[in-house]
Amino acid sequence: MSTIAMPTPDEAIIARKSEIVAALAAALPAETIVSDPEETRAYECDALTAYRCPPLAVVLPRTTEEVATAMRICHGLRVPVIPRGAGTSLAGGALPTADSVVIGTMRLREFLEIDTANRYIRVQTGVTNLSVSAELESEGFFYAPDPSSQLACTIAGNIGMNSGGAHCLKYGVTANNLLGVRMVLATGEIVELGGPLLGASGLDILSLICGSEGQLAIVTEATLRIVPKPEGARPMLIGFDSAETAGECVARIIRSGVLPVAIEYMDDVCLRAVEAFSKAGYPDCPAVLIVEVEGSDQEIADQIERIRAVAAELHPIEFRCSRNADESQAIWKGRKSAFGAMGRLGDYLCLDGTVPVSKLPYALKRIGELSKKAGLEVANVFHAGDGNMHPLILFNANRPGDLERAEALGNDILRLCVDLGGCLSGEHGVGVEKRDLMPTQFAPDDMAIQMEIKGAFDRAWLLNPAKVFPLEASRPHREGAATCS
Amino acid sequence: MLLKTCDGGNASNFTAPGDESELAAFVEESYARRRALHIAGGGTRVRWAEVGGDFLLTARGLGGIVTYEPGELTLIARAGTPVEEIEQTLAAQGQALAFEPMDHRLLLGSSGTPTIGGVVSANVCGPRRVQAGACRDYILGVRFVDGKGRIIKNGGRVMKNVTGLNLGRLLCGSYGTLGILSEVALKTLPMAESQQTLAFGGVSAAEAVELFSAALRTPFEVSGAAFRGATAWLRVEGFSRQVEYRRERLITLFRDRKIDIYGEEESRSLWRGLRDLHHFAGTSDAVWRIFVKPTDAPAVVAALQALGGDASLDWGGGLIWYCGSGDAVSVRKAAEGGQATLVRGGALPASPIFPPEPKGIAYLSAALRKTFDPAGIFNPGLVDG
Ligand SMILES: Cc1cc2nc3c(=O)[nH]c(=O)nc-3n(C[C@H](O)[C@H](O)[C@H](O)COP(=O)(O)OP(=O)(O)OC[C@H]3O[C@@H](n4cnc5c(N)ncnc54)[C@H](O)[C@@H]3O)c2cc1C
Repeated sequence: MSTIAMPTPDEAIIARKSEIVAALAAALPAETIVSDPEETRAYECDALTAYRCPPLAVVLPRTTEEVATAMRICHGLRVPVIPRGAGTSLAGGALPTADSVVIGTMRLREFLEIDTANRYIRVQTGVTNLSVSAELESEGFFYAPDPSSQLACTIAGNIGMNSGGAHCLKYGVTANNLLGVRMVLATGEIVELGGPLLGASGLDILSLICGSEGQLAIVTEATLRIVPKPEGARPMLIGFDSAETAGECVARIIRSGVLPVAIEYMDDVCLRAVEAFSKAGYPDCPAVLIVEVEGSDQEIADQIERIRAVAAELHPIEFRCSRNADESQAIWKGRKSAFGAMGRLGDYLCLDGTVPVSKLPYALKRIGELSKKAGLEVANVFHAGDGNMHPLILFNANRPGDLERAEALGNDILRLCVDLGGCLSGEHGVGVEKRDLMPTQFAPDDMAIQMEIKGAFDRAWLLNPAKVFPLEASRPHREGAATCS
Repeated sequence: MLLKTCDGGNASNFTAPGDESELAAFVEESYARRRALHIAGGGTRVRWAEVGGDFLLTARGLGGIVTYEPGELTLIARAGTPVEEIEQTLAAQGQALAFEPMDHRLLLGSSGTPTIGGVVSANVCGPRRVQAGACRDYILGVRFVDGKGRIIKNGGRVMKNVTGLNLGRLLCGSYGTLGILSEVALKTLPMAESQQTLAFGGVSAAEAVELFSAALRTPFEVSGAAFRGATAWLRVEGFSRQVEYRRERLITLFRDRKIDIYGEEESRSLWRGLRDLHHFAGTSDAVWRIFVKPTDAPAVVAALQALGGDASLDWGGGLIWYCGSGDAVSVRKAAEGGQATLVRGGALPASPIFPPEPKGIAYLSAALRKTFDPAGIFNPGLVDG
């Protein structure tokens, strides 16, 4: 079986299921509550599908006030709560325990306000990432963070994980585009932080909430910065005969003073899978970069020339620049379908450790060696401009021991990222997946203060309690909280 | 433990630790003895008398750039490193701190050398904040000492990092009330090759904000939008040809207006003056920094002017600088819907520097301060006073 442990569920809570459901049902509309074991199964996992556990019950409120009511009841009965958006987390951030209630925000789907003069949009957090940009389309604006899962994932989960995307080299991640939230604390109290102002005088609590993986509060509304759409954008594809040269090219482009919107990397394993899947017309070479620049036609042409000159010094095997919308689409097509293409090859674990850009070539080489040693194939496709790797470890979930071997290899790769000066997670979050590796990146005090902050927000440790911190490290906090009144 | 005392302060209650462990040991001892500390960087901002504390502790002894990787857009520096040293080092590689930190010395009539730790502690930004984000948006990682003397590391040196809670952003703008920074890792950006400014004369604050909103919704990456007297300015930056293109497109957009163009040098010096508030330097009234929703700015400016002072706008109207009379209560009333922070006390009697927080937030802030600084020894007078 799998290697990540979850705390033993509290039998006393499970035994009180009918009491808990009755309390929720007394205060909330019937259609917001799911408690039939057949139906709660739909919430047993997120996109880290190797780990599953149906919750005690699920609440799907439609207003902030209903979230607050549900939270207050769970707090009163001391039931752990798992906040959930669309459930696309790759880290197991929305994985329930048998003694928990899932509070899902996906039915909070209203667009509350668009203010183009002050450049923000206010939404309920159950709206999907892509629908925010769609809502802004006619105004000439967009919402910049663009996770590949943007069709499905919600703003709630984006805030939970501080998600990023291909274009964050230029526009930043969720934290850089989040202006304010309305949220429900563990006690059920509703608090508003920030708003349309570009500055605030007190402590920046909002920055703590963003990326807190549902451990501090349930976010129900968000004020987001909106950005004018660029006049145009054009990608180019650069093929190299080695990972090292491709990595070097990334650093040189950045040093040259051009700031592309995106620099994406794909290795040969990934290129072949993608080619078979989507016929994007990619060259067959060891490493490819997709670099995208933005602006007017002239601005685009000027930036391409600069990048072409930088790349030429490194003798690329291929330099293909899109000339029109169709060619642009073809270049992006393969990259966007990369995860789907890899999925056809079998099961995979997708890591997201980050390394300093200068360490990319070495990291790729070491990953190759580790992969060989483990006897599992690894494909690399990632956001190279910011060193955010995505090694995809291929395995067969039906073969006994394969998942464990894949996880062990993943852990080795993530330790490598930390050793090289990087981090365990660049965008997917810690969840349960990287929870037990936290001590490789953080000394005991570094982690202790984060758990103390969690306790300051959530004294009873009820919000997503078994995530982010190794169970051993969080035990005193969780157990201390359980006995506190 | 060896404590260094330097000139400039009272030798018996002034300390500038020379390394992080010395800093931690001093704080640990202060924690044990419940000794209140006034934390300073270069000492160019808030003055000791205004904040109080048994000891003046400065991180200025922790100096020096640790690493700078232009190809990674990453710089790591100890907290006491002078901002100027960092800016020069970056400029030599054609890079800069995109958030354009303001230099407060002229405005406050203070001496001393601004340090990067001070800039981060106060989330100091300049005009480019409207396009490029705040200081906070450029923090990749921090090392700091908390109120018990623990050395804490958070974040790192890479641009994408969602491992654990983001304490770097939280410490940024906390004015030393949560921890004493010992090291910061920052994201750098290429410095714009060229810049020009469009000046619109004879406009009111209301017209200026309309202009700003129209300009900031274009894709031309307007990187400065400020107003003072009766002139509004828009800055465009980029590669030379790009700047010319952007300028022409904005001229077309505002073809009904008379526009003066400032070239490179004139533009640079204009924005330096706006950034550092040269227009309010040398005066003696109180100076307030007021965050508002840009479209609220004209009404707030009118209300402030009724108090008898002068106001200028930055960040497309999102930031009002007010210099003039009016006590804290009347200024905050005029700034209704916004947030007013006192930057220079002038002749004002002791007044709260920060606006009061709403109850729900005040509770969380207090809980956080207690977590970081359980004995309440960091800048105790700053938040309650
Ligand atoms: C194919 C695929 C591609 C992906 N690509 C990317 C990518 O490019 N970049 C990237 O960053 N991620 C990516 N992800 C990961 C995932 O999509 C993101 O983490 C996303 O933000 C999760 O959103 P969600 O709505 O599905 O949240 P969920 O998965 O439901 O939850 C995510 C976390 O947020 C918490 N949470 C949920 N709702 C709330 C709330 N209302 N208040 C507080 N906390 C809450 C949860 O407890 C959990 O810890 C990808 C995932 C898949 C499956």
